[in-house]
This record gives sequence, structure tokens and C-alpha cells, in this order.
Amino acid sequence: MRITKIAKAGTLESNDILIMVMPNESGNVELELESIVRQQFGEVIEQVILHKVKEMGIEGITIKAQDKGALDYTIGARVETAIKRAI
Amino acid sequence: MNPGDQKILGSLDEAFDRLGISDGMTISFHHHLRNGDYVLNMVVEALAKRGIKDLIIAASSIFPVHTPLVKHMQSGVVTGIVANYISGPVAEAISRGELKKPAIMQTHGGRARAIESGDLHIDVAFIAAPTADTYGNINGVYGKSACGTLGYAVADAEYADKTVAITDNLVSFPACPIEISQVFVDYVVQVDSVGDPKGIVSGTTKITKDPVALIIAKRAGEVIKASGLVKNGMSFQTGAGGTSLAVAAELKEIMKRDGVVGSFASGGITGYLVEMLEEGLFRTLLDVQCFDLVAIESYRNNARHQFMSASMYGNPHTKGAVVNNLDIMILGATEIDTEYNVNVTTGSDGVIMGGSGGHSDTAAGSKLAIVVTQLLKARLPIIKDKVMTITTPGESVDVLVTERGIAVNPRRVDLIEILSKTKLKLMTIEELKTLAENISGLPKAIKTSEHIVAVVEYRDGSVIDVVRQCL
Repeated sequence: MRITKIAKAGTLESNDILIMVMPNESGNVELELESIVRQQFGEVIEQVILHKVKEMGIEGITIKAQDKGALDYTIGARVETAIKRAI
Repeated sequence: MNPGDQKILGSLDEAFDRLGISDGMTISFHHHLRNGDYVLNMVVEALAKRGIKDLIIAASSIFPVHTPLVKHMQSGVVTGIVANYISGPVAEAISRGELKKPAIMQTHGGRARAIESGDLHIDVAFIAAPTADTYGNINGVYGKSACGTLGYAVADAEYADKTVAITDNLVSFPACPIEISQVFVDYVVQVDSVGDPKGIVSGTTKITKDPVALIIAKRAGEVIKASGLVKNGMSFQTGAGGTSLAVAAELKEIMKRDGVVGSFASGGITGYLVEMLEEGLFRTLLDVQCFDLVAIESYRNNARHQFMSASMYGNPHTKGAVVNNLDIMILGATEIDTEYNVNVTTGSDGVIMGGSGGHSDTAAGSKLAIVVTQLLKARLPIIKDKVMTITTPGESVDVLVTERGIAVNPRRVDLIEILSKTKLKLMTIEELKTLAENISGLPKAIKTSEHIVAVVEYRDGSVIDVVRQCL
């Protein structure tokens, strides 16, 4: 499935993550992650985001994530909401 | 100084000429003007212009306002730093390895000890003076840059080879009150401004509204109550952070309810503690540093709001420091490990972001040292197998209070016995650690190089840990 527009979910509050999604032409999943806990949790956060995208069967999406120390379920929920808003 | 000699000099440059400042000297500063301080930058900049190199800066604390030190570190004007607390760009530059010699990080009491014993020899002390008279008597309570007590400047003034007062409020002799006496001061230099009042004090100190922090404060209050230490003559100290103040608020209610009058509260003093003094909950305050305008005013006007020097506060090698009289101490932590060692020196990324200040001194002296912290801060578990940097040794920390449970240091068998008879939720520190990691996941360890950028001294001068350069 493809998304059709730009959408976002989340905030820049502590323990939250701001997710912005936009369609891209390449058909790939592209992810840019900024996180205040990147050194400690960067790989985990990327996995959670990519897993959610795959689970929802989305292709051709660029994701910008600004993380302020969100837990995995928060990250998953924010990604899901952003994608649903973009479909 | 002979009769008829003058101490007033026309400029900093004239002072430098008289002092004969040369390469490699150690110059000292106090941090009572905090993030509003102009004096350190003013002096180092002027010395840099004179081509001086290899200075060692012995400042009781360094703040973001001291960012110009970074360029002086890079150019070799400054090659050593000795401080009790370093935050902001200077701390980050040290962590990147930009200071030639490892920084030495002391405690408030340890610094006074080092200066008095000669371990830290100061060639020239530059004392930022909110008020000074023409013969070198200083106080911090009057003038546009008033900061309150000058507790951290005392050892510098007394033990430096030469002491210079730098003031923006020159008054005729004698100043009143006198906090630092003329007998220690060689010269007085008048400048336009020693500091920015907005950076010197915070307008008000506020209790946190964060519900998690309030729960922690409530639990800490219950631990204090259960410990049996809340009785007439009790003493208490806490920091100025939101959670620490919330603990003070809990204690206040307990003291009022039980009709208890304490002997003293100490430390950096906030308006909140002044309120407790004025309500009769403590007989006196012992103040090494005023945190806000209310504290400054109280210290100026209330004889029961008393001065203490850093040495009187925490120096372990005096004939008795105030911390030894302290019953209850509320402490913060960036990290705490399962041995109860506490880190307040480096952040979760391994970069220097603070330092002991009075943390180790008060933990060692007090009967009940309570660390209050959330279990997680921005996903990072606060309890570790090993803290990145040991600031305060676990043997001096008694209780950890978090929002999910309370852990008592196994060394305190007596406390465990008392607290286990209450309804408080006691857990082992390992259980709390697992609880946090189940929520956050296991963080990857921070990598550092072998290069040592800072040495952490315990209050007695022994090396308790080192800080390595981040990769």
C-alpha cells in the first residue's frame, strides 16, 4: 500500500517522538532518525519504526523521526497514526 | 601593608603588573555569580591579551557563561582546570579532549581542604565582590550584583598568595557588613559590572508539578518520617531542584503536624527554606550560597540566617564540618549503580555535565542520605550495574527513592529493619533495575577512548574515578 500525502503524529515533548511521513517515488522505505538516546537505543528505534511500516504493508514512504526518549509502544503508535493520516 | 599604603588600583592591567602574573600560574575564582559571572572571562581575556600561557583556572564552578574559556583552552592560554562543577560548552570541550591537562574535579568541601592544605596552591585569587570598600573588605549582600553569601570564596581569599577584589560597587571604608576581611585582600579594582543579575539569581524557585516527581517526594517524606529522625533539633539539607524542593514541602507538612522544630537547614539556600525558617520550623539556616533573591534578602536581614564558608560546610580535615551535624540529606543522581555509587559528573552520553558540588560531602556527613530520582529519564534507566563515573561512593548513600519503589543500601541493616515495619514498598536495587529495563529495553553501553580528560577527587583528595574522552 502507498500513502498519498504528508502527515505527522506525536510531539517533541520528553518521552515522545514526532513522526512525519511523506510519499516518495522510489518505492522504498526511507528513514531519517534523530534521537537524544541514539547512542543507547538508535538501532532499536529504527527497528520498531521499520517493523511497523512493514506490518502495515506500506511502501514508497519517507519517514522523519525526532525522538525525545519515547518507549517502543509510543513509537509504534505514533508511526501507525502518522501513516493512517497519510493514506 | 604599611600605614598610608593604598589598595585601590586603576585597572586590571595595573593589578596584573603589580601581581607579576606569569605563565603557568594558578588563578582562582568563586562561582557565587553563577551563570551571570563576568569576572572569570574578564580576567582570562585580559591575561590572554598580555600573552600569558599555561594558566590553571581554579574556579569553584564553571557555567555556560564561561564559554570563552574554550578558545583559551584551544590556544594554550588555559591548560588546566580545577573545579567542583562544570557545565555547558567548557565541560563538553574538556570531554572532547581540548584541555591539555586532565581537569581536576573536586567537591565543595574537598576544594577548601585542598586549598588550605596546599594541595591546591593559588597564586592569585580574583574575588568578584558585589560590594567592596577601598581597603578590601567585601560583602555579597549589597550592590547591583548582590549574590548573598560568599562561602566559596573564603579559602581562596585566605590562602592565595595574592588576593584581588574586583567590584562594581566600591564603597568608602568600612563596608558593612564585612564577609571577607581586609586582612586577606591585597588590591581592589573597580570595574563597570561584575555580573548580570539575571544570571546570578533565579527569580523564584518552584516546586515541581510533575506528578511522578511529586510521588517520589511523597515517598521520600514517608521514609524520612519512618526513620525516626523527625524530632526537635533535627537538621536537613536539600538541593534547589524541583523534586528536592518537593521533598522539603513534604517534610514541612510532617514537621508542622508533629510540632517539630529543627536546629538548622543548610547548604545552598532557597526561598523555600527561608519560608521554613520564618515559620519557625528551623531555628537557623547555615548558608554557603544563596540561590534566589528571597534568600539574599533573608541573609542580609535575619541574624538567624547565618554564613558558612565552604570549609566549615564540608571540609573533612577541619575540626568538624557542618555536614557532620546533618541528619537528613536529599540528593539527586544522573546514574546510581547496584553498589549505590552515584554519578552526577557525567551524563548518559559520557560527557561531563556537572560534578559533585556538595554531593559527596553531604552524603558522607549526614545520618540519612536519600537519593531521589525517577526510574527512567527519557527512556534511560537510571540504575546501572556500574555508573559511568563515580562521584559519590555507595557506602555513603543510604536510600534510593523512585516512583516504583524504595531500595535501602544493604549496609543499613538498621534502616531496613525500621522501614520493613512500615507499608512502604521496599525492593532491592537489582529489582528496581530490572523493572526499569523491562520498560525501556537494555541501553547500549557508551564507548570511550583510553584518554583521560578529567580526574574525580573525593573530598579527602583521593582519586575516586576518572573521566575518559568520548568517542
